[in-house]
Amino acid sequence: MSEKVKDLRGTRLSAADLESEDTITVRGRPNAKYAWSAGIAYTKYLEELKNGRIVGRRCRQCERVLVPPRMYCEQCFRATDEWVYVKGTGKINTYSISYLDADANRIKTPILVAVIDLDGAGPGIGILHKLGNVDIEKIHVGMPVQAVWKPTNERKASVTDILYFEPIEEE
Amino acid sequence: MNVKRRVAVIGAGITLFRRRLKETGKELSYLAANAALESAGMTLADIDCVVMGTAPDAFDGIHMKADNLLDGAGATRKPYSRVYVGGGTGVFSPIGGWWHVASGLFDTCLVVAEEKMSPCQPHPQTAFRTIWDPIITRPLNPNLVWIFALEMNRYMKTYNIPKEHIAMVAVKNKANALDHPSAQLAAKITVEDVLNSETMVWPVQRLDISPPSDGAAALVLASEDVARKYTDAPVWIDGVGWSLDSAYWTNRDLCFPQYVAEAAKMAYKMAKITDPPKEVDFAEPYDPFTYKELHHMEGLLLAKKGEAPRLTAEGVTQRDGDLPICPSGGLLGVGNPIAAAGLMKCCELFWQLRNEAGKRQVSGAETGVAQAWGDLMQVGTVTVFRR
Amino acid sequence: MHVEGDMEVDYIYTAGIAGERFFVALRDEEKFLATHCDKCNHTFMPPRMYCDRCFAELSNWIEVPSVGAIASYTITHEDKNGERLPEPVVLAFIEIEKTDGALIHQIGEVEPGALKIGMRVQAVFKKKSKRTGALTDIQYFKPA
Repeated sequence: MSEKVKDLRGTRLSAADLESEDTITVRGRPNAKYAWSAGIAYTKYLEELKNGRIVGRRCRQCERVLVPPRMYCEQCFRATDEWVYVKGTGKINTYSISYLDADANRIKTPILVAVIDLDGAGPGIGILHKLGNVDIEKIHVGMPVQAVWKPTNERKASVTDILYFEPIEEE
Repeated sequence: MNVKRRVAVIGAGITLFRRRLKETGKELSYLAANAALESAGMTLADIDCVVMGTAPDAFDGIHMKADNLLDGAGATRKPYSRVYVGGGTGVFSPIGGWWHVASGLFDTCLVVAEEKMSPCQPHPQTAFRTIWDPIITRPLNPNLVWIFALEMNRYMKTYNIPKEHIAMVAVKNKANALDHPSAQLAAKITVEDVLNSETMVWPVQRLDISPPSDGAAALVLASEDVARKYTDAPVWIDGVGWSLDSAYWTNRDLCFPQYVAEAAKMAYKMAKITDPPKEVDFAEPYDPFTYKELHHMEGLLLAKKGEAPRLTAEGVTQRDGDLPICPSGGLLGVGNPIAAAGLMKCCELFWQLRNEAGKRQVSGAETGVAQAWGDLMQVGTVTVFRR
Repeated sequence: MHVEGDMEVDYIYTAGIAGERFFVALRDEEKFLATHCDKCNHTFMPPRMYCDRCFAELSNWIEVPSVGAIASYTITHEDKNGERLPEPVVLAFIEIEKTDGALIHQIGEVEPGALKIGMRVQAVFKKKSKRTGALTDIQYFKPA
């Protein structure tokens, strides 16, 4: 702010002011509903998740196996070449312990989230998912983990068909 | 690169930044825009075109909100465009204004940035539900803070950064903000306060995060000829740069923001800066979270990878240090009405380079850099201003 | 394959500095207020805090009649879900007297067949206990 200007504008409201009848407001909620197409690549991805398998697409030029799969490689900017299945194991690239839910409400039992670099997919191919069945104190970058699946009859062709990733018992 | 003509900033304006303001988005835009015109000694009739930077429609809750804000931004029946790159928008808006004037198409441009996050109920976080890929991410019910926490953890682990050094950023910026009249959350706090604050999404704690806010800011840009008619202290936009990475943020190493470095290189090339730590006098990197100031200092090539925390601990980034960082008080101290917050940083460059920053004044400021960041960890926008 | 969802956000929009003053006058005094730009000689309805032509901040608030002329109208027979309405609803663009602006509102107490462009209409307010500081504090406009 310039020291030449003395008068700064803006009329503060408290949370109570915003809710009170003394402040003239209008309330609304968009009633927009959506049906998002999963597209070619993600449809196959979701169908295979229902089968308990993780599928990616290989780009032969950069040799990455893209998970989730993409029909084009965004780095080489060419069409990808073939479907490749990966094991469902990987290593934790980074992780976090969340005491907030999706609406920023405080929760007691934290949600454990991580980026998991998948084995067999190529450098930097990580996916976002949750961790479970793990001692929080033991989670570390580099920890080997494996996917834990919902029972077959509960799977819905969704990324949540994987319940979470759990540590692989190290020898 | 073949830039046609030089563009100067000749005026700047800003409103209060607060968690909730009564003014509509249009009124906020007007207050900032009018203040900028007054500081430039211009009237609306002197303005050839208007560029508006405003981030997700979902905050204000008005679809295509730039077109709603238009008359408050002085754009009625003028050439008007919106630029938008999520959190990067605030520093991108003067870049948009810059190319309007540098191209020779217009001589003057009013750049306005506005954000109202308060309409969003129960909390602006709720609007972020819709930025995720609906197929592969939304079913996990993520909270936006997760991705910052994941990036922060990766950065800390890669370079063995103690949380204390990161906490120092909040202490510095909130203290700096005590001297910024717009400031929402200026305060004298300690490193202990940060370390003792509530853990939101580990390792992110409450005092690591900037607040949601309402506010607006504006700049007046002019071509060299026109600028010299209005002022003998034009501030030159000597470098602009921007770069985006893909939304597949789980496919890159989060310890370094490569796309910020690409944007910085583009801006430095235009500004003929070859040794940034030596040639940049002060900087306003985007600091929505404490660790981001450090991450962005490195992305801006002002510090070696992993080195920014040490510089902070040594006091180098204080206002009286060798490389003042966020002398304004940043987002952590002044507030975070997304697009307006980024433009606030450009306003700060302007006031510093004109010696009008009062108690916040950094001495010997000749070259300043502002940077913003956003989307899904994707965009770097950079401007280099010189006196 | 599709994934379904919606935009799950609720909003509270402030009327703003000028808007609040306008709606409070409707609610408490059954009055229409406008702002006048002396430089452009333009009277804003609904009132604004600033003139978007010359960018002056407007402090000249004036009371104007709650009467206007129908500049255009339409007759709706279906609601927004496409269901037939019990009675057709007339919506009109009403140029408010002594201003350069207009309000969009319902017309009542007139047969749709009797409507004419240029017809002078008068605001009918809800009773005070039912007014909340909204455009619907006006129930409709009727022929003056």
